[in-house]
Amino acid sequence: MSEKKSVLIINQKSPYGDAAARESLDIALTCSIFEMPVTLLFCGDAIFQLLKDQQPGKIQQKKIEAMLSALPMYDITEIYVEHDSLIQNGLTDEDLCLPVTLIDQSSISQLINLHDTVLTF
Amino acid sequence: MKFSLVIQASPFSHQSTATAFRFAQTLLDEGHELFRVFFYAEATLIANNQICSPQGEADLPQQWQTLAEEHQLDLVVCIAAAVKRGVIDDNEAKRYEKASGNLRETFELSGLGQLAEAIAVSDRVITFGA
Repeated sequence: MSEKKSVLIINQKSPYGDAAARESLDIALTCSIFEMPVTLLFCGDAIFQLLKDQQPGKIQQKKIEAMLSALPMYDITEIYVEHDSLIQNGLTDEDLCLPVTLIDQSSISQLINLHDTVLTF
Repeated sequence: MKFSLVIQASPFSHQSTATAFRFAQTLLDEGHELFRVFFYAEATLIANNQICSPQGEADLPQQWQTLAEEHQLDLVVCIAAAVKRGVIDDNEAKRYEKASGNLRETFELSGLGQLAEAIAVSDRVITFGA
């Protein structure tokens, strides 16, 4: 494999109403195994993927939170959350299970520009 | 330019896979290279050779197969996503003790590493989402 491409994964879907959250995480972890620098961006309903104290067992689902907590072990620490999405849902970064960087909608284009490849879910 | 495509949407519920097909056709017509097409999530359903396309409608699985044969394309279907949707090759049929495989010719089951490689070597990776 040639040079290491940086990958930005943009998440927009809620954690359990859609399989996209888990599918996206699987790709993030795989890219990281291949030593590509991975950045995650959560916007819209995807911010709910990051909520603390999820109890998906009640709907026979696996905890996304458990997979998310593995991200630092995979050297995935660049995690961005669109600030407006939090505000609109009455949340703050205190409600999230990982340390994140808040980003304004207007700065997302810069974030996209900084990466070689962008995948959206 | 070297392209790879990631297709995520169901071929029957979304326009995405058909759009991706026309995109692939056009970029090849324009002289670009298509390194790999990676079918993920619901998009893996396209590789089921038991699909019977309704008469008078586009036969998308056949269209992909024909394009792949013409241009020696690498059509990779995510194995984890495919197997749980009942799209299996003969090896997986044996492993899971099923009567037979049903993977369409020219499609290949493989892992997410194939997507990582496509990202690493392609100039552009285009996602066709749900």
